[in-house]
Amino acid sequence: MSYVPHTDADRAEMLAAIGVERVEDLFHDVPASSRFPELRLPEPLSEMELMAELEAMSEENMDVGHYPSFLGAGAYNHYVPSLVDQIISRSEFYTAYTPYQPEISQGTLQSIFEYQSMICALTGMEVANASHYDGATATAEAVIMALNVARGRRKKVVMSPAVHPEYRAVVRTYTQGVGLQIVGDEVGSRSLHDVASLVDGDTACLIVQTPNFFGQIEDLSGLAEQIHAAKAMLIVVVDPISLGLLKPPGDDDADIVVGEGQSLGNGLNYGGPYLGIFACREKDMRKMAGRLVGQTVDADGKRGFTLTLSTREQHIRRERATSNICTNQALCALAAGVHLAALGRKGLRLLAELCYHKAHYAAAQIDALPDYEVLAARPFLKEFVVRCPVPVSEVNDYLLAEWGITGGYDLGRDYEHLAGHMLVCVTEVVPRGDIDALVEALAEVAEEVGR
Amino acid sequence: MKADFGIRCSGAEPVIYELSKPGRMATTLPQLDVPQAALPDAALLRDDVDLPEVSELDLMRHYVRMSQLNWAVDIGFYPLGSCTMKYNPKVNEAAARLPGFARTHPYQDVHAVQGNLRLMHELQEMLKEVAGFAGVSLQPSAGAHGELTGVLIMRAYHVARGDMQRTRIIVPDSAHGTNPATTNMAGLEVVEVPSDARGNVDLAALESVCGETVCGLMLTNPNTLGLFEEQLPAVMELIHGCGGLVYGDGANFNALMGIAKPGELGFDVMHFNLHKTFSTPHGGGGPGAGPVGVAELLVPFLPGPVVALCRCEEAGCDCQEEEGVHYHLVMPEQSIGRVRSFYGNFGVLVRAYTYMRALGAEGLREVSEMAVLNANYLKTRLAGVLPVSHQRTHMHEFVVKGIYPSAPDVHALDISKRLIDYGFHPPTNYFPLIVPEALMIEPTETESKETLDAFAAALRAIGEEARDDPELLHEAPHTAPVRRLDEVRAAREPILRWQGG
Ligand SMILES: Cc1ncc(COP(=O)(O)O)c(C=O)c1O
Repeated sequence: MSYVPHTDADRAEMLAAIGVERVEDLFHDVPASSRFPELRLPEPLSEMELMAELEAMSEENMDVGHYPSFLGAGAYNHYVPSLVDQIISRSEFYTAYTPYQPEISQGTLQSIFEYQSMICALTGMEVANASHYDGATATAEAVIMALNVARGRRKKVVMSPAVHPEYRAVVRTYTQGVGLQIVGDEVGSRSLHDVASLVDGDTACLIVQTPNFFGQIEDLSGLAEQIHAAKAMLIVVVDPISLGLLKPPGDDDADIVVGEGQSLGNGLNYGGPYLGIFACREKDMRKMAGRLVGQTVDADGKRGFTLTLSTREQHIRRERATSNICTNQALCALAAGVHLAALGRKGLRLLAELCYHKAHYAAAQIDALPDYEVLAARPFLKEFVVRCPVPVSEVNDYLLAEWGITGGYDLGRDYEHLAGHMLVCVTEVVPRGDIDALVEALAEVAEEVGR
Repeated sequence: MKADFGIRCSGAEPVIYELSKPGRMATTLPQLDVPQAALPDAALLRDDVDLPEVSELDLMRHYVRMSQLNWAVDIGFYPLGSCTMKYNPKVNEAAARLPGFARTHPYQDVHAVQGNLRLMHELQEMLKEVAGFAGVSLQPSAGAHGELTGVLIMRAYHVARGDMQRTRIIVPDSAHGTNPATTNMAGLEVVEVPSDARGNVDLAALESVCGETVCGLMLTNPNTLGLFEEQLPAVMELIHGCGGLVYGDGANFNALMGIAKPGELGFDVMHFNLHKTFSTPHGGGGPGAGPVGVAELLVPFLPGPVVALCRCEEAGCDCQEEEGVHYHLVMPEQSIGRVRSFYGNFGVLVRAYTYMRALGAEGLREVSEMAVLNANYLKTRLAGVLPVSHQRTHMHEFVVKGIYPSAPDVHALDISKRLIDYGFHPPTNYFPLIVPEALMIEPTETESKETLDAFAAALRAIGEEARDDPELLHEAPHTAPVRRLDEVRAAREPILRWQGG
């Protein structure tokens, strides 16, 4: 019932060996008045009953398998090849822990090394760590790293308002105790150029995202030069799928590249577990957070892998560590690595192009509707902004109730100037028929709700 | 039972790039079913991305062969102290993969994901109940993340009261590294206090650092020596008496379910490690989940959103239904903010929920009882083999000094490596820092008496080897896929990505 193997005879023998009469006797250090409290919990269930209940509960949800979805905004519905789940379901991987004993953890270690290698290739950076909790926390850790690179002498952080609102929120949460000035995103419509002009001699870093939260591809050329002139660091938030097609931030001289890795091999899972991608330059690697796997040799000179540069980490450096992170998202990184390897050089580009073409088809159709307008001041990849004739919540309620479609993200939630604007995401999983249905449904919304 | 990596030792597994051949691919993609659009300006595009090209079979074999180079709970005993490497029930995996859960998007309207929210709400309630707290946030993604959350909550509480000078966090010297690292990350100052001879926090030392600048104490209980704090009420009185708060590092909660509720013991805030206590798999390093529970006075500061239940017939419920309940997401009033995107590691939460529903109250208490029975039994079996750090009744784990009296130049590390040859994962090495040559042993409740007996017998046999043939230990492991690795070289000349053949 509780997965314990103890027979009555075992218990008796073990208690006798210890020299106590009852199991309760082992808890004499617990204050008597608090000992053995009653727990009011639901009655235990057999596996069969439990699965039936969970299945019913899961079916209360309107999942994207049954309701075509145009939601993105940081969590993306990409197809996960079957082999990914087969591999991460091997209990040699998923029932191991942090590879502190390298001799019996070469599988985990090498798979992380390969993940690090592929992330470097993808981002154009030199060093990538074994993962953070998600894209938002990776961004916050990048800010902390920039503060440390500046030896705490720079107290200003500049953020583009087009960085994911939740990432910006997490940066603020993480740093609330260290007295920073965080600027740039007070004005939701501020351009990248105007944001960058806020960087000055007291600035530790500038954070930009591309494609940004609105799906638009930012032009980073020349940006790093400007930021480096102020001796600040450029942090770029990316979507890894887009890097099948887009110039990697490493080529634009970014100092730190972070991002949400969920698009690679990890399902939506209602927001987690995902993984934070984190990559930087070799010159800064001793200031970076998280686990790193390095290649070395064993006593026979044979190639092997081990955790390395651990003197940055909490278990060695304690309060002087670069971060408190310990457990990370290793299995999600394994999934990401498997998916990247499965797609390979050609596949990743093809995947990015599929998203690109489908999103552009959808955007053109929607833009052609009389009451809608697609805002496309800059090129986009798989997400774009649509101005709607009625509040987005009403559009979405109608789409779901009448068409069984999950509409896009309501940008008015985070950006005052974008009330009535919807962020629409189209990936390779959305067939043309669903796009056409969305377009027809939107036309109907304008007629039915709009009047 | 001996480790048999024999067949796997023959050759090293190539790095995936070494298996690459231009033109191969291990997956398929759908045909484009819409017209092509013109690509953006070439200046925004890349020419190429250096990823491996492998066939599906090559890819599967590569990862399966790598998996065979790993030790894991499903292979054998994994008594890694402080990590609670218990069995991970398979029903948990099935539950988390139910498509109705797995295929939901975090920004779906709450009315479209009531199943998810119900599960999260019930999990919040169950965690509150087992630990005696008034509120829980499921957002933190691991123990250390929960620590940061908790410490920021304590800080926010003082700041909200205008108590700005409370900038110091007291951390016992037995604490896990994440405790001081967290404190620093939160912009607060670490004050370390020593442990006394019985492994408790040294009360006199604690008293001497209590005062108006104390934000709080971070206490692991049972502590990292596997010992329950004997003077807990006095510790609580000292900290609360000086206006501070007490943070509980819940890494060791596997000892306490149905045994005591931290909230009732005086803890103001605590993180749970769902990947330890609640049987969610460790994933080779993660993902985990580190929900945080708080006492009443800290509920407004929780990170959010948290899941709230609303009864439709009651005033204030915004739904149009006449009866029933529904769930929504709310941000606590004085929240420290969100600590990550979305709501937490939902897939991990499903597994923990499944575990708690499978066990119920009696089952959870049995878990803690058997975890403690196993630890004390194994300790008894090791009497006369390796010296235990403290002669007391232990909770779910204990620490021995990894030194055989008859072989002083054999170290904890050598013993650990030799254990590998005997088919066991080594205990945690060199932690806690206050025990020299520490070997921290946590058997967990899911291990049988036979396994514990075999492990004790191995340590006894290794003791004999240490005396008769210390080189055997210095050279160990002998049967693993690789021999000891040159870690100095790894750090001096870091190779952190594949750089070509
Ligand atoms: C006592 C203790 N505290 C905190 C932590 C950190 O937890 P996590 O690794 O989940 O971040 C650990 C984990 O190993 C631990 O053993």
